[in-house]
Amino acid sequence: MEMAETITLEIARYSPEQDTAPHFQSFEVPVHKEWVVLDALNHIKDREDGTLTYRWSCRMGICGSCGMMVNGEPKLTCATFLADYATKGSKIRVEPLRYFPVIRDLVTELGDFLGKLKKVKPWLIHPSQAPLSQGEFLQTPAQLERYKQFSMCINCTLCYAACPVFGLDPIFVGPAALALAQRYNMDSRDQGSGERIAVLAHPDGIWGCTFVGECTRVCPKHVDPAGAIQQYKLTAVFEWLKSFITPKGQDI
Amino acid sequence: MARQSNEAFFWVLFSAGGVVAALLIPVQLFLFAIAFPLGWLPAPSYEHLMALVRLPLVRIYLFVLCCLSLFHWAHRFRYTLYDGLQVKHLNEIIFTLCYGGAVIGTMVAAYLLWTIA
Amino acid sequence: MGAVKPETIRVEYAEFHPRWYRPPVSVYWWLKQRQYLTFILRELSSVFVALFVVMTLFQLWALKKGPEAYAQFQQWLQSPLVIALSIIGLFFVVFHSITWFNLTPSAMPVRLGGKRLPAFLVAAPSYVAWAVVSAIVAWLVLR
Repeated sequence: MEMAETITLEIARYSPEQDTAPHFQSFEVPVHKEWVVLDALNHIKDREDGTLTYRWSCRMGICGSCGMMVNGEPKLTCATFLADYATKGSKIRVEPLRYFPVIRDLVTELGDFLGKLKKVKPWLIHPSQAPLSQGEFLQTPAQLERYKQFSMCINCTLCYAACPVFGLDPIFVGPAALALAQRYNMDSRDQGSGERIAVLAHPDGIWGCTFVGECTRVCPKHVDPAGAIQQYKLTAVFEWLKSFITPKGQDI
Repeated sequence: MARQSNEAFFWVLFSAGGVVAALLIPVQLFLFAIAFPLGWLPAPSYEHLMALVRLPLVRIYLFVLCCLSLFHWAHRFRYTLYDGLQVKHLNEIIFTLCYGGAVIGTMVAAYLLWTIA
Repeated sequence: MGAVKPETIRVEYAEFHPRWYRPPVSVYWWLKQRQYLTFILRELSSVFVALFVVMTLFQLWALKKGPEAYAQFQQWLQSPLVIALSIIGLFFVVFHSITWFNLTPSAMPVRLGGKRLPAFLVAAPSYVAWAVVSAIVAWLVLR
């Protein structure tokens, strides 16, 4: 298929000082075979409109900053090649990640997401502090494999932009936060599952998930948050059953 | 350990119902609602079906099939109403209608299967 | 109650932020993307599961009433509208079965020798069970 020399980007603009709603602005951008959408945005900001506002950092798919909607799909713009869209006459529509409030242009408000991350306690919880003389935690490759996939999350929030449950009610804790909680629950060094369960096994936690599966499909790091959530549903069922045979407040 | 919601219970029913429905419904629906009415396969006689239904194992099988499938529907439909129609604010009514419907269906099934022969 | 000490006075700073735009989510969100539509259809398969139960309950009631009632029930099943609904229902319940078996591996990772088995291997026994169980039911009904 013939690659065009330039391509049109339709970019959502929103200025809180002037606008009540976003509108689109079109820019012509040269097509280089190795350019990604982020390169196009940087080109526009450098040469055409310095007010264009967006987040980016590593430009290599590991920082999670540059997530945006590209033709209706949540994508990392540093990993989305212009060449894949550059047939004669096609356009690229760039919008801020869906289902989040928009601060300006392509920048979304992430405070709610960060709050949810904190709520699930994504760190090793190890109350029985062993003395340093006992040495480091040992973990076999098999133990690592149990949670490694979920540890690949870069907090890019593409999964939230894909999740209709979150879109319909932002109180849902969401794919990334739940997958990260499971990453720590499955870590052999962690003893904190009891501290996370109240947030997870809650109607706004895993029980809100209806396994649409879009989060897993769009994840650039193949974390499979949907899988993490379904696995925890089984765990939560066992914990719920256990809660009937242990006295209140006691760990089994 | 902090108290967890009882959603786990409804999810287990939904899951069990999902497995049962997935394994057992297609063949029964195909036979009784399509193959027999359209004459693709010879329909079983009234006597043969009654003989089957008299067996306690068959009655238990049918009861489990009906009950779990209804609770599978109740849970899934409840969430579809929340998401599809965005009517989460009516959640008490939806909950009652869905699980209430499943309970009524289960009772009807129990009555019919207990008294059929 | 004496005077309030200065260090116990909490000053709440109002977080300043510009007017955020909150995009509305349409009630037709499920039509905007093929994967969303497939998801909603999968969920609506549960309606046909429930309708199957209703049909079965009618069938049991007709059996209970006697041969004439059952013959009437069989005739009702032959009416075009019911046949159409049954065919549509069959598509939906089979759709439920396939999506269900394909998704269960996500919920239950199976590991052999430290490595995770691919999803289709974990799903395969479900399909085998489906075929076996269907064959047994068909044999019991048809013999």
